[in-house]
Amino acid sequence: MEKVISGNYAAAYGAKLARPKFIAFYPITPQTTIVEKLADFSSSGELEAKFIPVESEHSAMAACIGAANTGVRTFTATSSQGLALMHELLFWAAGARLPIVMSNVHRALAPPTNLGADQTDSFAQRDTGWIQLECESAQEVLDSILQAYRIAEEVMLPCMVCHDAFYLSHTYEPVDIPEAELVDSYLPPYVPPFKLDSENRLTFYASSTRCPATQYEFRYHAQQAMERVPAVLRKADEHFYELFGRRYGIVEEYYLDGAELVIVAAGTMVSTVRRVVEEFRQRGERVGLLRIRMFRPFPKEEIRHLLKGVPKVAVFDRNISLGEGGILSQSIKSALYHTDQKPVVFGFIVGLCGVDITQDIVGDIVDYTLQQDTPEEDIIWTEVIR
Amino acid sequence: MTAANILAVAAFKEGRYCQSFPVFGGERRGAPVLGFTRIDDKKVSLRCKVYEPDHVIILDPALMQVVDVTAGLKDEAWIVINSGQAPEEIHLPAKFNIATVDAASIAVKHGLGSPRDPIVNTAILGAFSRVVGAVGLEAVLEAIREESPVKKEENAAAAKEAYELVRSCKRRE
Repeated sequence: MEKVISGNYAAAYGAKLARPKFIAFYPITPQTTIVEKLADFSSSGELEAKFIPVESEHSAMAACIGAANTGVRTFTATSSQGLALMHELLFWAAGARLPIVMSNVHRALAPPTNLGADQTDSFAQRDTGWIQLECESAQEVLDSILQAYRIAEEVMLPCMVCHDAFYLSHTYEPVDIPEAELVDSYLPPYVPPFKLDSENRLTFYASSTRCPATQYEFRYHAQQAMERVPAVLRKADEHFYELFGRRYGIVEEYYLDGAELVIVAAGTMVSTVRRVVEEFRQRGERVGLLRIRMFRPFPKEEIRHLLKGVPKVAVFDRNISLGEGGILSQSIKSALYHTDQKPVVFGFIVGLCGVDITQDIVGDIVDYTLQQDTPEEDIIWTEVIR
Repeated sequence: MTAANILAVAAFKEGRYCQSFPVFGGERRGAPVLGFTRIDDKKVSLRCKVYEPDHVIILDPALMQVVDVTAGLKDEAWIVINSGQAPEEIHLPAKFNIATVDAASIAVKHGLGSPRDPIVNTAILGAFSRVVGAVGLEAVLEAIREESPVKKEENAAAAKEAYELVRSCKRRE
């Protein structure tokens, strides 16, 4: 059934269709309408999950960890400051290998208070061990939550499904809401390999202070699981395509053939960039786009393969690691380090803190990059160019 | 925000593609809110604000003193205003088409809000449908019924009345 709904409602529909047994919620703009909609589903009986309000995001993640330990499918949603407050427990969820799925609405971190889109919130959580997916449309938000459970439960790592504040959270657009029966065939009930069970008592989380080598090995296994994600995602995506007719991949290639300049971007800005790339191509300029959908694990192999031999790459970061630069651009440079025929990488900071990314801004960046042989600065702030 | 969404739903009901979104600052009642709707025959491919609107709808005429409602507005655009004044009395450049409707009085009459705080977001869409014609009245009414959590029929009736009562003044240059 196709309906005009917001990106946040799409997240709520995705979560409902995944049939979680447990949802912890704490409101924060611009995420709140996700849990509001889930509350509606819960009160109308459409959602059978145990649905509990908590006193903070830290508690929301703690509650999900507790519930996931008992072997049930769990969901929560947050944004910005809320995600930052969860930080220490994000490590716990991943280290404990719990396949929790969480929606994160990208919002700028304070100060000052700002509700606008900014990827720094979840990109700053890149080292916590969570799989991270970046969505471009409301449809992709819904679909990615379903895929996230498939992937997370297969590799036993938590997954964060991210979408931009306002450009998706509060944007209404047509979304196909899949039939519950079809989703059930895609996502069967979760069967955990281990769980807290009074009938079958096991020790969980015994201190490894006296034998750190055990924990060292756990980290190795978690990294091994991360390395399995690309193949697992591809399989989950293909199965999804067979049932629902939509697929998204790990990265998306757009006009990469013979491209002289490739823009690398993630999130909602991709839609506007795609339109600008098309206009440049119509004028005979060889510009392409590489969209990053899977941000963690970082798709190094795909990037090496697709950007090899491309003369110039312009990375669009709606985030910043202060003292270093755009996070996506760092990751791209690091992925390309061992390749021959390395592109010149230009790192642009765009749309930070909810600043609008218009066709004009994208067009100016393309013009600038086509003219320059090398970037004048390591970090290029678009307002300076303009 | 609600009006922008209902307009998008109405366009969708007519088989067209749509996108609507708000821009707001703090969460406080009465703060100015900007909402955008894009309607197209193909999938909407832009995800940025609208800087050159085809038409403008003004729910609170007092905002015209603090916001330039014609900024970026295309020539021959319609400006649809919730106002008891005749369109000829509104001081806006003559190159725009002006329409007015007393959506506040219509809303209050149908029990939507109070005289001090009328809810005009559904009524105004009836007027928009009449003068702009981008979406038909039937689709607007259907979208209103679907999207209104309460008083579905009252909201639809208000839109229908605004459709009947809207006054318009074509551009004068």
